[in-house]
Amino acid sequence: MDLSRTPAISHRPMDISTDTARIENQSRRHFFKGVAGLTLAIYLPHAAAAARGRAVAPKVSAFVPNAFLRIGDDDTVTVIAKHLEMGQGTHTGLATIVAEELDAAWSQVRIEAAPADARRYNNLLWGPMQGTGGSTAMANSWEQLRKAGAAARAMLVAAAARRWQVPTDEITVNVGVIAHTPSRRKAKFGELAAAAARESVPAGLRLKDPREFRLVGKQVLRKDSADKVRGEATFTQDVYLPGMLTAVVAHPPRFGAKVKSFDAVRARAVKGVVDVVAIPSGVAVLAKDTWSAKKGRDALAVDWDETSAFKLGSDAISARYRELAQTPGSVARKEGDAQAALTAAAHVLRASYDFPYLAHAAMEPLNCVVRLSPERCEIWNGEQMHTVDQMKVAELLGLKPEQVTLNMLYAGGSFGRRASKDSDYVLEAVNVARAISGRAPVKLVWMREDDMKAGYYRPAFHHALEAALDPQGRLVGWRHRLVGQSIMAGSPMAGMIKAGIDPSSVEGASNLPYAVPNLLVELHTPTDIGVPVLWWRSVGSTHTAYATETFLDEVAASTGQDPVAYRMALLGRHPRHAGVLRLAADKAGWGTPLAPAARGERRGRGVAVHESFRSFVAQVAEVTVHADGSVRVDRIVCAVDCGIAINPDTIRAQIEGSVGFALSAMLHGAITLKDGVVEQSNFHDYAPIRINEMPRVEVHIVSSAENPTGIGEPGVPPVAPAVANAIAAATGKRLRRLPISPEDLKA
Amino acid sequence: MLAFHVNGKTVRVDVDPETPLLWVLRDTLHLTGTKYGCGMALCGACTVHLDGQPVRACSTPLSAVVGKRIETIEGVIRGSGRRVAEAVQAAWQRLDVVQCGYCQPGQIMSAVALLKSNRKPTDADIDAAMTGNLCRCGTYQRIRAAIHEAARGLA
Repeated sequence: MDLSRTPAISHRPMDISTDTARIENQSRRHFFKGVAGLTLAIYLPHAAAAARGRAVAPKVSAFVPNAFLRIGDDDTVTVIAKHLEMGQGTHTGLATIVAEELDAAWSQVRIEAAPADARRYNNLLWGPMQGTGGSTAMANSWEQLRKAGAAARAMLVAAAARRWQVPTDEITVNVGVIAHTPSRRKAKFGELAAAAARESVPAGLRLKDPREFRLVGKQVLRKDSADKVRGEATFTQDVYLPGMLTAVVAHPPRFGAKVKSFDAVRARAVKGVVDVVAIPSGVAVLAKDTWSAKKGRDALAVDWDETSAFKLGSDAISARYRELAQTPGSVARKEGDAQAALTAAAHVLRASYDFPYLAHAAMEPLNCVVRLSPERCEIWNGEQMHTVDQMKVAELLGLKPEQVTLNMLYAGGSFGRRASKDSDYVLEAVNVARAISGRAPVKLVWMREDDMKAGYYRPAFHHALEAALDPQGRLVGWRHRLVGQSIMAGSPMAGMIKAGIDPSSVEGASNLPYAVPNLLVELHTPTDIGVPVLWWRSVGSTHTAYATETFLDEVAASTGQDPVAYRMALLGRHPRHAGVLRLAADKAGWGTPLAPAARGERRGRGVAVHESFRSFVAQVAEVTVHADGSVRVDRIVCAVDCGIAINPDTIRAQIEGSVGFALSAMLHGAITLKDGVVEQSNFHDYAPIRINEMPRVEVHIVSSAENPTGIGEPGVPPVAPAVANAIAAATGKRLRRLPISPEDLKA
Repeated sequence: MLAFHVNGKTVRVDVDPETPLLWVLRDTLHLTGTKYGCGMALCGACTVHLDGQPVRACSTPLSAVVGKRIETIEGVIRGSGRRVAEAVQAAWQRLDVVQCGYCQPGQIMSAVALLKSNRKPTDADIDAAMTGNLCRCGTYQRIRAAIHEAARGLA
C-alpha cells in the first residue's frame, strides 16, 4: 500500500520494505503540494455549533473550516469523502455533487477518504459525530458539497477575471475549462488554482438550477472500479506495516463469558507464533503471519468463566417473546381506540411472525490494524463510526481524541457491522496492541467463524398483529405488538430512546402509512437477553416491512380485493408511497396473466411498498414454487423515489444488490443458539444466495425535485414481503416465520 | 525452500508445505488481490489459476503447487489469457459491476477461466461456473451481464 496518499484510498499493495521515514517524507511532500493548490473554507453554522460541542441558540452561526476539495496545479480535483465507501457508491456520489457545482470534468476528479475529524467531517444529520449509516451520506452532504463546489467555482472565476481583467459575469466554466469567449481566453483549473486560493469565498453563492445539471442524474461511472477489478484496492486486510504481527483471538463460546485461565504451551509451539496474551474479549495469539496465528489460536486451551454467560437457546427466546406479546407493551403510536375496534369488528384477522437473529457476514471478515506509540494511536480501518471509535480508543489509552488517527480504507462490505456501537473489534485490536506494549503494529483478523459466532446480529423479533374489518371489509382497526431487543440501548444513540421506545425497533410499524382510524403499535424490549445486537442494513424495517406488508396483503385477500387497489385506497395521504406503488405495478404488468407454470409448479405475483430512510420503494415479485416446496424468484420489478437521483446507475445497483441481500435472509438466513452457543460458523450453514438464485431485477426511478434521500438500505425491506405475497398468490400459504421453509410449501 | 511459479516468475518460499496457498500469496508474497473470505472453499474470494484451472487458494496447500504455475488477479492481465482478462475487466468497468469489490478479484478469475474454455457461455453455463463465488453486495445480475458483454467483445 502506498502510504504517500494517506489517508487516500486507492492504494497499491505496500512493499514490506517500506519504512517509516519514507512514509513521513512522502506524506510531507504531498502536504506541501496540497497547500499550493486551493483548499476551501466554507460556512456551515450547524456544523460549527456541533463541532464546538456546546449548546448554541438557533440561528447563531459561526465559521468552521471544511476541506472537501483540493485542486492541484496538475489540474486534478481531489474530493475529500467524509463517508465510508463500503460498496454503496458513496465516494462516487459525493464526488458527483462537488464536480457538478464546480463544473469539473469527471475525468479530472479523484477521491480521497477523509480522516477522522468530527470538527470538519461530521455527519450533519448526526450532529457532532462523523460516521456513515442510516443511508444519510447523500442526504446530509447534498447542500454542503454543492456549496463547496460552487464556492470553489466562484473563486476560480474571480481569479480568472482578475488575471484577464474582464467582468466575472462574462466568464464561463464548462467541463473543467474556464473561458472568456469575447477575448478567446481559456484556462484549466490547475492553471488558476494558486490564484484562486488568494480569492475570498464570495458571499451569496448561486447554486445551479437542476435543469443545468450535467453530472447529477446522468450516467457517471464509479471511481473505484478500476482498482477493484485489478485487485489493487486496499482493504484493511491488505495492510502490511513493517514488523507487523497478526492477531487471531479465541472468543468465548457464550456471550458474557470471561477468560478464567488458559494454557498456551501448544499455541506457542506453533512455528511463527510470537506471543499469546489475555485481553478483555478473550485470548489473542500473535504471529508473523495469519495462518500461524490461526493455528496457534486453534491450539489454545482456554477455561472460560461462564458465571454471567448467556445460556438460553433460540427456542426459549422465542417462547419468551410469544408470551410477552400476550401483554400490552410500551406505546409507540396510538390513534383512536384499536381495542374497541377489535372488540366491535365484524371480522378480525390475527397473525404472528418470527424473525431470527441475522449476521452481517460481509465478504471481508472483521479486522483492524493498530500502531501504538506513547503519544499516538494510529488505526487503519474501513469503518462507519469514526468519532465514536476515536473517542473510545482515546478513553481506553488515556489519550486525547486527536492523538488517535484513523486512516480510512475501503470496507469489503459492512451492512452496519463496522458501525459497532461498542467499538468492539476496534477496541479488541487496540487491546491486543496494548497487551504487547505497542512493540509491534498489530493486524487483528477475525476468521470467518469468528465473524459468524462472535456476535452483533440483527435482533430476533416476534410480531403479533390483529386487524379489525367492518361488515363492508373496510380496515377499521390495527393492533401491532413487537417484541425484541433494543439496538440503541447502550449505544451512542441511546438518547433517542423515549418512553420505552427504541425508534429503530418500531420504524416501519409505527409509521404505517395506511389510513386506519384506530391504530395501536406497542413494543416490548426484553433487557435480559445477552445476545449482542446491532443495526443490519435497513434495521427495523428488515422485520416491520415483512409483518405489515404481508399482513395487509392477507387483509386485502380476505376481502377479495386486489392487493394494489386495496393499498392505493388507503394511501391517500401518502402520495410518494402511492407513486412508487403505481409505477412498480405498471412496469410489472400487474393484472396481466403470468406465464403459465410448468407441470407440478405454481406461479404467483406479489407486491409490497415501504418507506425507510425517507425513501420510498415498491416491488412486484414473480415466483415459481416447485413441487418439493423450493422457491425460485423469477423477477422483481422495483420502483424507487429517493428524491433527486444523483447517480441513477448507483441507485439501480443498490436496489439490485438489496434484492440479493434481502433474499439471502428470506430464503436461508438464521443465526440460532443452542444453550447460548451460536450454531452457525461459515457460509455452508449461513448461506447467502448465489448467482443461480438471483432473480432478474428491473429498477425504475421516480423523477423528483425533492432533496436526495437514502438508497443504500431502502431497497431491502420490500423484497421479502413482495416475495412472500407472491408465494401466497401461488400457493395460498402465508409464511409467518423467516427464513422460509420448503417443508411448508410442498405441493 | 519450496519453489513454484507466480505470474510468470519463479518464487521460493520457506513456509510449512501445509500452509494454504492463499496465505503464502498474501502474507509472504504480498499479492493482496487474492482475498480471504471463508477458508473453506465456500466463497471463491481467493480464486486463482493453477496451471490454468480455477482453484480456491484457501483450500490448496502449498505442497500441491510446488513446481506449478499460479496466476493471480495481479498477473492475469499479462498471462496466457491476457485477451480474455482484458475483455472481462473492461466489461466489469463498463457495466460498473463492483460495489464493495472484495469478492471481485475472485469473480474475475472465475469469469476468465470460464471464457477461456467457453467463448459463448449461456446463462446456465455462467451459473455453473460462477456459483462458487459469493457476493454479499448482490452484484450477480451485473456479473452475468458483464460475462456476456466480455464474450461479445471476444467474438
